[in-house]
Amino acid sequence: MAARIQIPKQAKRGEVIEVRIVIQHAMETGYRHDDVGHLIKRNVINTFSCRYNGSEVFRADLSSGISANPYLQFHTVAEASGEFEFYWIDDEGMQGSERQSIVVTP
Amino acid sequence: MRRGRAAALLVLVCAAASAQERAVPLDQLKSGSAFLGQDLRTLQADEFANPGMLWVERGEKLWSEPAGAANRSCAGCHQGASMRGVAARYPKIDAASGKLLNLEGRINLCRTGRMGAQALRSESEDLLALTAFVARQSRGMPMGVAIDGPARAHLGAGRAFYFQRRGQLNLTCAHCHDENWGKRLLAETITQGHPNAWPAYRLEWQTMGSLERRLRACLSGIRAEMLPYGAPELLDLELFLAWRAQGLAVEAPGVRR
Repeated sequence: MAARIQIPKQAKRGEVIEVRIVIQHAMETGYRHDDVGHLIKRNVINTFSCRYNGSEVFRADLSSGISANPYLQFHTVAEASGEFEFYWIDDEGMQGSERQSIVVTP
Repeated sequence: MRRGRAAALLVLVCAAASAQERAVPLDQLKSGSAFLGQDLRTLQADEFANPGMLWVERGEKLWSEPAGAANRSCAGCHQGASMRGVAARYPKIDAASGKLLNLEGRINLCRTGRMGAQALRSESEDLLALTAFVARQSRGMPMGVAIDGPARAHLGAGRAFYFQRRGQLNLTCAHCHDENWGKRLLAETITQGHPNAWPAYRLEWQTMGSLERRLRACLSGIRAEMLPYGAPELLDLELFLAWRAQGLAVEAPGVRR
């Protein structure tokens, strides 16, 4: 599962930074039928979380109402240089993860 | 790029002479994005959040991935060459075969001819990705297809298709896109039907799609006979639409409702 992430490469300590992520996923709602009338099984990313240097700073429970290729945006405070780890999983158990590092200056 | 500009300039100069030929007068020419809400225009302009960029990024990777018997990648031939302005000139007559090609056709001809690889299926993720990657490099440049020489006949055929009544609703393209643009069709505002944002991410599809897919959606809307992907009629129509949109900036990858 491809994803695009945008966080500032560098930030000052205490600065509020914006984190943006787009994940490529069909987000099959479970309400659609295929050409012969069978229900298409729901398969959406149900959990997304973001850890910053090991501690969770953002978590989202997603469901059928979220569009395909979900876009998430949130803010956090830059505290120390390190890594953002993004993790998500869909109904079929497919997992995705990405990492992005940030340099925090005093 | 220079050729694209020259073509756009030529259109400006000839506007008066060809006013009766132009379906939409130049001063009224409006991209599909002009009929979108502010939120979607912002989404399209945002190079990060635009969902079409997922395909552009995939296309960028594919561009340098070797494939086929020749074990060659796109970048292997087009080394360091920018594709800027290329999408603005398609559909275009292929000099070697004399055939009209759209960008998808051009990419597949490169694959079968030079790379010894299989042609990519219409609407496959890979073909959409490569098309989006190439088209994006022309973002902001004016559409400017060549309509001289063998392209003339295709343009004529495309125009004839555009003005031909078809389907159970017995409509021509012009009934909506020339005579009623700007008015409402249920919840939608009818656009002028320009192809400058394609391939685009369409919210109704929740995915990326080609111009041909969009044209087929129109055929379905007027309950007309469905043409297969790659049909010569669709290709001719694409050329006519590109000519009709001359001067509009390329917006690919666009975002459309």
